[in-house]
Amino acid sequence: MSLSVDIRRSFGGFELRTTFDAPEGVTVLFGRSGSGKTSVVKSVAGLVTPDDGKIALNGRVLFDAAKRTNVAVHQRRLGYVFQDSRLFPHLSVRDNLCYAAHVCGRGGKDPKEVGALLGISHLLDRRTHSLSGGEAQRVAIGRALLSEPDILLMDEPLASLDGPRKAEILPYLETLRRETGLSILYVTHNMAEVARLATHIVLIDEGRVVRSGAPEEVLTDPDMVRLLGIRDAGAVLSATVAKHHPDGLSALALSAGEILLPAVDAPVGAKIRVRILAQDVILARSHPEGLSALNILPVRVLAVRRGEGPGVIVQLQAGEDRLLARITRRSADMLNIVEGAECYAVMKSVAVSQTDIAVGLQTGL
Amino acid sequence: MIGWLGPEEWQAVALSLKVSFWATLLSLPFGLLCAMALARGQFIGRDVLNWLVHLPLVLPPVVTGYLLLLGFGRQGPIGSVMDDLFGITLAFQWTGAALAASIMAFPLMVRAIRLAIEAVDPKLEEAAATLGASRMKVFSTVTLPLILPGIIAGAVLAFAKAMGEFGATITFVSNIPGETRTVPSAIYAFLQVPGGETSAIRLVLVAVAIAIGALILSEWLSRRVARRISGE
Repeated sequence: MSLSVDIRRSFGGFELRTTFDAPEGVTVLFGRSGSGKTSVVKSVAGLVTPDDGKIALNGRVLFDAAKRTNVAVHQRRLGYVFQDSRLFPHLSVRDNLCYAAHVCGRGGKDPKEVGALLGISHLLDRRTHSLSGGEAQRVAIGRALLSEPDILLMDEPLASLDGPRKAEILPYLETLRRETGLSILYVTHNMAEVARLATHIVLIDEGRVVRSGAPEEVLTDPDMVRLLGIRDAGAVLSATVAKHHPDGLSALALSAGEILLPAVDAPVGAKIRVRILAQDVILARSHPEGLSALNILPVRVLAVRRGEGPGVIVQLQAGEDRLLARITRRSADMLNIVEGAECYAVMKSVAVSQTDIAVGLQTGL
Repeated sequence: MIGWLGPEEWQAVALSLKVSFWATLLSLPFGLLCAMALARGQFIGRDVLNWLVHLPLVLPPVVTGYLLLLGFGRQGPIGSVMDDLFGITLAFQWTGAALAASIMAFPLMVRAIRLAIEAVDPKLEEAAATLGASRMKVFSTVTLPLILPGIIAGAVLAFAKAMGEFGATITFVSNIPGETRTVPSAIYAFLQVPGGETSAIRLVLVAVAIAIGALILSEWLSRRVARRISGE
């Protein structure tokens, strides 16, 4: 299962030259608005036609300019979840969900199953106008799933929702990834979504792919910090839940040692993913004593990137994992933080919020 | 109704209803096609089509009627071919009145349907395509249900306009009782003879009632389009 994209398209003075392979899992296309992400997904869906290039899904050619192949949208067998839910206003929720089965003879699973997965079973007989934004978007996801696509394209599916609604849908997307095993191409410029969902990241800037790979690597690459946004820069770590303490903290085993976080909603032994922001990490040259922060990990400095401002980004090796720390240039000079320096990374437990913790990951991530 | 109207008056009302019914029904598919082309199509000659459709609205009806007579008369280029091949003549027949009425009502019908099509969000049609619907299926399962109230509203307006058509009709098919004397022609004829006023007034009342009824129906249906498209 994989999608391979190699396309060129010029429009309105903008040039898109995008080449990447999306392996099985959730591939996140990440880039600022105007970077060409949506154009790429629309090209994959066939809603826009590239000037040149090739698109193939599991070896099936969808578009090939050289051979003049351009499979029609309705024959590409893909699910598309748009920013706006685009539910059919003249149909009930149930008829929206069953549209592909009833009209196109595609899919045909019981909508109740998908309804349960997305928490929309109780909405089946409602009209679409009475749904909240979050409910409508879950119905749209269900509608795309029920067409039994070869791949699910999601173009900033949470962008039109406010914070609480986003938080309401993210767990469903995690369940979806875990339970259906469906490959997803997910467009976003929200770092929290990347950290929680991505199994593969493709970074796009000005229509070009600047970096792609596993989130653990791409997100801790100090050269990518500019693109990811300095405030959002941070590492994504895999961890195993080691123990739940009675005082409301959970111990997580990392390759470099144990850290304590506010209660994690996962059983002992579960593999989870934690995002630790670069600005939440403090560096010390010696093991600090008498500190309120609970988490102290021994680390080695891999690289120091100085920017234009007063801050520097430090890439750290913590056991087998990588971390990023954002500190001032003055501190870096004072403490002589250079490549190869041994130091300690200090993190406050409460700095990691629940929205930065992804539970229920598939093994091998 | 029949008791209230005299036989001659009733004949005119029945003929008008028949002419308008067929005029509306037969122009509906063409109206839908034209509205679709004008709302969504991108082709050379789109402006020309737009003019042609709207021409009967701005031309003097007598001119439209005379042009029809020139074209569809027994000696006309289209009329003679139709006569030779199918034995159909339109001039001075009720079918000719239906043709004149449909052409005069066409701009109103196209306009109503076009507005309904333009109110449909093409993004919904895109979504349907990604779910596996071909263009025909997108049209029949998404576009058509959403514009249906607009189509009905256009048809009602066209029907009302056809009921009132006078200038083109009398020029093209004259004013033959029982064949081409529709309600407006009959009112005109009654007003030409002494003592015809009472008959004329009865027909005027019928005409007013039908026109108002059509407007109310069309307005109600238009509001339903808006509601249906917003999903309420």
